[in-house]
Amino acid sequence: MNFNATLIGQTVTFIVFVWFCMKYVWPPLMAALEERNARITEGLAAAERGQKDLEQAQAKVSENLDEAKQQAQEIINQAQKRANEIVDGAKDIAREEADKIKNAATADIDQQVNSAREQLRKEVSGIALAGAEQILKREVNADAHAAVLDELVAQI
Amino acid sequence: MAYANSGEYIKHHLTNLVYGQHPDGSWGFAHGADEIKEMGFWSINVDSMFFSIGLGVLFLWIFRKAAKKASTDAPTGLQNFIEMIIEFIDDSVRGSFSGKNPLIAPLALTIFIWIFLMNFMDLLAVDHIPGLAALLGIPYLKIVPSTDPNVTFGLSLAVFALVLYYSVKMKGAGGFFAELAFHPFPKFMMPINLVLEGVTLIAKPVSLALRLFGNMYAGEMIFILIALMYSGGWAMGIFGGFLHLGWAIFHILIITLQAFIFMTLTIVYLDMASQTDH
Repeated sequence: MNFNATLIGQTVTFIVFVWFCMKYVWPPLMAALEERNARITEGLAAAERGQKDLEQAQAKVSENLDEAKQQAQEIINQAQKRANEIVDGAKDIAREEADKIKNAATADIDQQVNSAREQLRKEVSGIALAGAEQILKREVNADAHAAVLDELVAQI
Repeated sequence: MAYANSGEYIKHHLTNLVYGQHPDGSWGFAHGADEIKEMGFWSINVDSMFFSIGLGVLFLWIFRKAAKKASTDAPTGLQNFIEMIIEFIDDSVRGSFSGKNPLIAPLALTIFIWIFLMNFMDLLAVDHIPGLAALLGIPYLKIVPSTDPNVTFGLSLAVFALVLYYSVKMKGAGGFFAELAFHPFPKFMMPINLVLEGVTLIAKPVSLALRLFGNMYAGEMIFILIALMYSGGWAMGIFGGFLHLGWAIFHILIITLQAFIFMTLTIVYLDMASQTDH
């Protein structure tokens, strides 16, 4: 081992290298690395936020869905109720109508029966009169016996 | 180049290319160990300087390029590798250095990469570049700067200067003296304390430099010895080839480890120097 001025030269060189490294190499690289770290951290945080947002949105969606389902059910129930009401109402109206028609028909029938009866009565009184004429073989005063005949007709 | 014997081969490979003043007053390269000795302190190991500065510039050039390109986008290729190293250094510094000092991390980075690159020259075949240089008329060439104690001591002395500077700056001159004088024994045994702590203090740069130098020098020596086997006939040559491969693979570990140890110890020493409470 023989020492010479190389020792000093190396020390000086070393100091220059360290100075250069400290000034021009380390700070920009470190800054870039730290910036990237910050960016990655930020990105991860953003991803987490996004995940949370998504979860919230999903929760909201399911909530809305439930609500909508409930509303739909309500609407359906209401509609069914309304339909029942309408049907009931229609039934009532139909029944009323039917009653009316039935009543009218009954009245009509009654009227016809009455008129038929009236006609029959008249015919029967005619026949009875003719029969009685033939039986008695003499003129029967229709006017004189009208009361008897009417009574007879009423009995038929 | 022909060598008279293996001793001369080894000696030649372990001699630096030294530029200095000959005893007769002329300047030039030294030929042989005797001339180097005659040149005294004011001569310079041209090969060590050339390769260490070249590798240092290469390191700074690559890292400066990466620093310019650095952005928050996803890095690719070399950029990624550089940033990986930066993060590794940053982790090491954060792990070992408790204070806050903008010098420590760049210092650690420079030490780690520069020493690694200088050590890496060890893996290049011992004869190729010096052989090529010999063809160009350069008599001696040691391509591994870290096998030159001047280089390793140059580094460790700079680190030592920083240790002294921060010791005085953080603790004050009195505090630094107190640390040396009043430990580990009570005050009345101050001289003993001073000797003990003084040795501890001096041991830091010496051990730093010698550890690196010793490992690299020994590794280079083994490479040279293995290279000698190639001239020992076919069987020895093939055996030497396997040895060479094995040692080179093992050496990859050593050169990285030595660079890492130098860096870590530098951080630890500076951490100790910066701590105000003892």
